Amino acid sequence: MTDRVTTPVLDVRGLRRHFPAPSGSVRAVDGVSLTIGPGEVVGLVGESGSGKSTVGRCVVRLDTPTGGEVVIDGTDVTSLSARQMRPLRKKVHLVFQDPSSSLNPRMTIRQIIAEPLRLHGLASRAEASARVDELLRQVGLRPELADRTPHQLSGGQRQRVSIARALSVEPALLVADEPTSALDVSVQASVLNLLADLQKDRGFGCLFITHDLAAVEYLADRIAVMYLGRIVEQAPAGELFADPKHPYTQALLSAAPVPDPRAGRERIVLGGDLPSPLDPPPGCHFHTRCPLATDRCRTEAPELRVLPAAEPGGAPREVACHLVGEDGKAPDARAAA
Amino acid sequence: MTTTAPSPATGAARTGPVLSVRDLTVSFAGPDDTVHAVDGVSYDLAPGEVLAVVGESGCGKSVTSMAVMGLLPPTARIGGSITLDGQELVGADERTWRPLRGRRLSMIFQEPMTSLNPVLTVGRQIAEVLIRHQKLSKKEARARAVELLDLVGIPAPDRRVDEYPHQLSGGMRQRVMIAIAVACDPAVLIADEPTTALDVTVQAGILDVLKNLRDRLGTAIVLITHDLGVVAETADRVLVMYAGRPVEQAPVDELFAAPSHPYTRGLLGAVLRPGSRTKDGRARLNEIPGLVPDLRSRPDACTFAPRCAFAEDDCRGGRPQLRTLAGGHRIACHHPVTPQPEEEVSA
Amino acid sequence: MTAAVDTAPVAPAAVAKPRGRASDAWRRLRRNKLALTGAVLGALFVLVAVFSTLLTPYDPAQPDFDHVLAAPSWTHWLGTDDLGRDQLSRVLVGVTASMQVGVLAVALAFVVAVPLGLLAGYYGKFADTVVSRLTDTMLAFPFLVLAVGLAAVLGPSLKNATIAIGISQIPAIVRITRAETLRLKHLDYVGAAVANGAGDGTILFRHILPNATSALIVQATVGIPSAIIGEAVLSFLGLGVQPPSPSLGVMLSSAQPFIANAPWMAVFPGLVIVLATLAFNLLGDGVRDILDPRGGSR
Repeated sequence: MTDRVTTPVLDVRGLRRHFPAPSGSVRAVDGVSLTIGPGEVVGLVGESGSGKSTVGRCVVRLDTPTGGEVVIDGTDVTSLSARQMRPLRKKVHLVFQDPSSSLNPRMTIRQIIAEPLRLHGLASRAEASARVDELLRQVGLRPELADRTPHQLSGGQRQRVSIARALSVEPALLVADEPTSALDVSVQASVLNLLADLQKDRGFGCLFITHDLAAVEYLADRIAVMYLGRIVEQAPAGELFADPKHPYTQALLSAAPVPDPRAGRERIVLGGDLPSPLDPPPGCHFHTRCPLATDRCRTEAPELRVLPAAEPGGAPREVACHLVGEDGKAPDARAAA
Repeated sequence: MTTTAPSPATGAARTGPVLSVRDLTVSFAGPDDTVHAVDGVSYDLAPGEVLAVVGESGCGKSVTSMAVMGLLPPTARIGGSITLDGQELVGADERTWRPLRGRRLSMIFQEPMTSLNPVLTVGRQIAEVLIRHQKLSKKEARARAVELLDLVGIPAPDRRVDEYPHQLSGGMRQRVMIAIAVACDPAVLIADEPTTALDVTVQAGILDVLKNLRDRLGTAIVLITHDLGVVAETADRVLVMYAGRPVEQAPVDELFAAPSHPYTRGLLGAVLRPGSRTKDGRARLNEIPGLVPDLRSRPDACTFAPRCAFAEDDCRGGRPQLRTLAGGHRIACHHPVTPQPEEEVSA
Repeated sequence: MTAAVDTAPVAPAAVAKPRGRASDAWRRLRRNKLALTGAVLGALFVLVAVFSTLLTPYDPAQPDFDHVLAAPSWTHWLGTDDLGRDQLSRVLVGVTASMQVGVLAVALAFVVAVPLGLLAGYYGKFADTVVSRLTDTMLAFPFLVLAVGLAAVLGPSLKNATIAIGISQIPAIVRITRAETLRLKHLDYVGAAVANGAGDGTILFRHILPNATSALIVQATVGIPSAIIGEAVLSFLGLGVQPPSPSLGVMLSSAQPFIANAPWMAVFPGLVIVLATLAFNLLGDGVRDILDPRGGSR
């Protein structure tokens, strides 16, 4: 932790999480590298089974990686024991998908939000109580709610409580695993607004894990797209949406329904199913469904390569596809589908 | 008597609606209070039409459809009228319902895994419906099952027909559910959040199957969803519900172009659209302040008024009736946001 | 700084009035007629057990050879036994013995079993293997057979009967605690606690145990009647309360030879056992619904 400006809050290198299974192992995460700078929001996008949530769990060390490294704010936490990990937990916090199961039903809101402060010895009882009131206001809730229990709140309110709890110890990194997926549309908008506001004010780094492309476009500075345990493309948010390089990214973006009946658009309909992570296909994992796959794709796994930035001075982007040229010229899956 | 012989009413209704819901109310009486889950819903469904019923959780969209399917528990009190091919279904007994379900009326659900029997092959499960309703022989039913799997876009249907549900992916299971639902060529298919549990790339395929069925079989579809993107892509007409009451109904283009009810506007405004983030940063998303009202009270007022930016005294003092505006646009609001000339007033 | 404070009127559907947990539970208990019956009967048994010595009309141990095997009458409401002792007095004192065994045995079982269950469920691996094999072995014997066997080994006395019954109840409670722990430790809020930096103690005693209490309290209300029956069986077999001290089991045992000409000797103690069992089982069922913090049906 020499230089606060350049030390990334999260540096994941070659992360692997293989689960033992009767016949071999399930490769939920298979070599993921990801960096989040201070105050940066990185979106991790993928469909179910892509391993995106496992990455999140490994980052907060609710799960132990089977390979690679997880470095949080300069400290390698990959193989720390639960006890060694404990003091470091104030640096990274987590917001879960389902607010109805992520709050202890037997505790009051005040106890829930104050718990991290108590555990890290950051506040006396009286200070913690005042802090809870302040945190509740910051997440847009009235402090009177502090003495209720979670089941007396609505889903959106519970998710706000969950966010307040995660931010109570001012972490450098917030991992948000599908924080809006279980909520209604209008509530989703308010939770996203809240996350955006808090992020701007407090400047924490954020790993935003979601399958919701619209949400990730709204919140993330940079986006990494996962498919079957690997990152297939990584780019600044605007560029990814404007010019997706990887055929899977192209298909994913084209499949998202647009809330405008007059928007004529071509969809890339992918054939087949997501292959099993127990027995991932050789070569490029996506070749079984890729309309453009060649023989090389079927045998040789593409590495994630750095492409030149779209404009001078822009952030570089990365893609793992044989069909993308060195100059960044990408194939068009739409034409082939 | 519920044969396919057209009743006099059906003859006249051939070109009219196949399903007609009028002033439907559903309430559940508890020990202390009554929950008014659905309060005054009306709609017509023409053959080959896709009607989207939209709203947030607890708005009554699913309860409405369970009422149409006759699947509500006996504790539910149902009022109003539901007619299928001119036949009144409110108050009908189980003997009337049974031959209709699966044959004239079908339903698919959000979670395809729990809706399929894990110990039977998908072919058996489709065939069972055909044998029961259409009295096909086992062999005929199997052949028809293969055809149906093909119809819903399952590759290699003659192989898949002998597989078990756990061998299929979520999207394939939902296709099997659709195949079972349309096995007897129903007049009305109710799809309750059919793609909510599925990934976007799979969702697109399921929506295509539904549209394809509508085009090829002329099935009328009630699509229940909270996803306005799905609505925009699939529906012909949209019914927006709020707290058990219908608030707006319009052709899909009309609704998205000129939403008149403040709630509809709020809902559309809260949806994230492409380009939500510009070079200057994130634009603020629109929120609807406040919370969904308690369904136990049934105020003679607009239930959206407490959260509505346009609410005036009359909104809090009188329940707005559904009225028809131009272009088949119906709305229950005292102060529509984009006022349009009134055509007629219907109660 | 952030989103507008949510000032809209709070709808009661989403946010119930902050009612105290106790008054909420009482409201739900009142609505559940069977549970209420169980609660009232259970409370009655507890009162009788505590105050039985004040309620007895006669000395329960005092023989009266002038009124041997008397049928129920105004002087002896429940009749007398073969030694002319007042049956009502003996039943009342017997309830004390039974309740004492029931409550103490269950308490003993909980004190031993809950930590074992938490240990096995939370840490898994070796601890789980050892604890689970032990409980499986104990569960291979039916509850009463185990209790009788243990009581025979420990020697006949009320204390030993309590210990035997308590030990016999351990495996069931270990299993329930272990299963609840296994279920709860995978819930998001436990994950959140870990991510918050909570140690094992906080997780076990703040997040897991309080949420397992519903299941455990239900198990306790089921455990008490089975302990009462256990006491009766042990005393009946001469392994529990020693005559002349009365207990419901001892009374049943001594009623055996007279079942034909003095049926009241067996009927009343038997009836009391049945009532006690029923009361606590009804209460257990009700408690299960009432203790769910999510409130069940509205």
